[in-house]
Amino acid sequence: MADATAHAHGEHDSRGFFTRWFMSTNHKDIGILYIIVSALLGLISVGFTMFMRLELMEPGVQYMLLADGTPNGHLWNVMITGHGILMMFFVVIPALFGGFGNYFMPLMIGAPDMAFPRMNNLSFWLFVAGSSLAVLSVVTPGGNGQLGSGIGWVLYAPLSTTEQGMSTDIAIFAVHLSGASSILGAINMITTFLNMRAPGMTLFKVPLFAWSILVTAFLILLALPVLAGAITMLLTDRNFGTAFFDAANGGDPVLYQHLLWFFGHPEVYIVIVPGFGIISHVVSTFSRKPIFGYLPMVFAMIAIGALGFVVWAHHMYTVGMSTTQQAYFMMATMVIAVPTGIKIFSWIATMWGGSVEFKTPMLFAIGFIFLFTVGGVTGVVLSQAAVDRVYHDTYYVVAHFHYVMSLGAVFAIFAGVYYWIGKMSGRQYPEFWGKVHFWLFFIGANVTFFPQHFLGRQGMPRRYIDYPEQFALWNEVSSYGAFLSGASFLLFFGIVFYTLFRGERISEPAYWGAHADTLEWTLPNPPPEHTFETLPTREMWDKQHH
Amino acid sequence: MAHEKNHDYHILAPSIWPMLGGVGAFVMLLGAVLLFHGYGPWVALIGLALVLYTMYAWWAEVIAESRAGDHTPVVQIGLRMGVIMFIISEVMFFSAWFWSFFKHALYPMDAIDNTWPPPGIETFDPWHLPLINTLILLCSGCAATWAHHSIAHDNDRKGLVWGLALAIALGVIFTVFQAFEYSEAAFGFAGNIYGANFFMATGFHGVHVIIGTIFLGVCLLRALRGHFTPEKHIGFEAAVWYWHFVDVVWLFLFFAVYIWGG
Repeated sequence: MADATAHAHGEHDSRGFFTRWFMSTNHKDIGILYIIVSALLGLISVGFTMFMRLELMEPGVQYMLLADGTPNGHLWNVMITGHGILMMFFVVIPALFGGFGNYFMPLMIGAPDMAFPRMNNLSFWLFVAGSSLAVLSVVTPGGNGQLGSGIGWVLYAPLSTTEQGMSTDIAIFAVHLSGASSILGAINMITTFLNMRAPGMTLFKVPLFAWSILVTAFLILLALPVLAGAITMLLTDRNFGTAFFDAANGGDPVLYQHLLWFFGHPEVYIVIVPGFGIISHVVSTFSRKPIFGYLPMVFAMIAIGALGFVVWAHHMYTVGMSTTQQAYFMMATMVIAVPTGIKIFSWIATMWGGSVEFKTPMLFAIGFIFLFTVGGVTGVVLSQAAVDRVYHDTYYVVAHFHYVMSLGAVFAIFAGVYYWIGKMSGRQYPEFWGKVHFWLFFIGANVTFFPQHFLGRQGMPRRYIDYPEQFALWNEVSSYGAFLSGASFLLFFGIVFYTLFRGERISEPAYWGAHADTLEWTLPNPPPEHTFETLPTREMWDKQHH
Repeated sequence: MAHEKNHDYHILAPSIWPMLGGVGAFVMLLGAVLLFHGYGPWVALIGLALVLYTMYAWWAEVIAESRAGDHTPVVQIGLRMGVIMFIISEVMFFSAWFWSFFKHALYPMDAIDNTWPPPGIETFDPWHLPLINTLILLCSGCAATWAHHSIAHDNDRKGLVWGLALAIALGVIFTVFQAFEYSEAAFGFAGNIYGANFFMATGFHGVHVIIGTIFLGVCLLRALRGHFTPEKHIGFEAAVWYWHFVDVVWLFLFFAVYIWGG
């Protein structure tokens, strides 16, 4: 480190490969590791869905068969369980919170690294350990004398407490490790945000993405431990004969649902709020305007986070709650539409009168706003306890939460990748192919999930391997959409590899122009190993004077 | 962009411990599953050893860095925030056990005749051993605070050492008494909802008492070696905060589970 010669481009890194990537204490490298591993797990998880949509393309069971040719419902259940657990715990949070959060939150607030750089890497390795267990749970002995557990990602008792084999226990420990990883990450993010902002950067001068990471971190800190408790009870019910969720011995399976969703609803915002942050920056950059309503945007995120803790039972209207309880949860849920509306309208107001440029990140951002609004509107529909009687556990619900998560959160991830890949790699992606990727994915995802609203309204229940003839049309359409989305993922990986090895080098630090004015745009592409060794001055980041 | 830092934050050299800890956690939990399914404890024990070794080596390194002066005032603030956030997450962890307890005590199910405690369950008399244990743990908390004041306000190293020793001794007595109480229990962990709630809540509290006792023990060893000054004693302060958190959880357990729910 005493080497005083400047290594502005970080290419002559003195660290060896193992030291750099396996012993890292560097928030940028750890962020990249998070993104790579979550992308690999995303590929596995998407692979599961391709198999499922292939099976659902026609009525009858064609592919998921036992050796004697009879339908293998267990395999189907294993697929949905694996897809859900991987997506909820090991793909989206690690990509947005662990990946972009790690890489860009410290840069945006002008911090030289995270508050606890070594613990940061522990978060990453616990995530790797957890995801290894999660993948392992799919191929270890499970229920019905087969491999894997078919209990759904929610791990509802008594299904999860009676499923045979090791698989479910491994899945439970996978979720434990994911929780530990996320909680340590949250402690790190909160401390970094509160303690390491650049001189003069008061709370309401912090860029929105950094704010979104803070809100997410608090949600993780408060919600994940409750899930850890709930699944520990599952574990003892399974292996030590306790009766927490066993009605025959005085336990209560509905208690599990309460505990799960007390975590599960904040989890929805854990997944989406970092996306809000990314979208705000992208929309502002490509509209060539400062974000409209910075302060309401911050408070809307805080409000969404806080309200997220008091609405959980809207996931379980049909378990036999009193009407009063249902009325409360219905009302509280609808209130969330207000801060969410503030965000949507502020993004639109940012674009309004701006000089909008439709580069790939902006396409994904606009795609996000559109799709997230669709998902939000169906969310308000589902929030009504009476209407939910009809829609509960139908494909309408599947369509709703995929519009919010698979289309909302994942579009935000892609927006982030295209927005920042030049910064992270020093090479720019090919614009034409980025746009092709967007249109393939946008069309594919809508063709997949929009018809599922119709299927839900027709009464098709979710989580089944087969369905009657009358659902055939829209299932076939939905499957074609899924294959198109799957192809777009392959194209995306191709674009990333092309960018990393053949992409055009960019030397201009602020390559998206003057309205990308947060601190990461003052750094070289890619940034050197250590950034802000001299803390940034106010002129470097305070350009808008809000 | 010269390679020298002009700020007080703590930039760390690469470290093997996080990866080793991750591998250890994976082996330990996989081993636990094998243990549950009758394949013996060895894999779990290897994983546990790896995790414990990582913890020891890692924290030894942290102490060495602290002694070397890496923990500047701004880093100290961060460390304190980190401990507070960790304790908040622990509070939420315990809220899961209390949630289960209150749910079952307030709305008992048909299988236990809608009564709490369930029929046939003979509970502990809170005013015997549990009360004594409460006083022991509170006294232990007082001793920890005595030690804290000794170092923070008077630079009294003798008070620090004796206060810590007393806090640890009382903590150990608490654990022993609790183990005795468990051995006398008229209900089991398995097969009934009362025992499940009781042992899970008090058991996880007990685990935290043991961890807190070890944490205070490490601080005692450090105090004997001359660590901690009135200005800087974060490791010790964290141990005391943690100990008070364990105290408060016990008070909730005592009033809710032993008195009200018994």
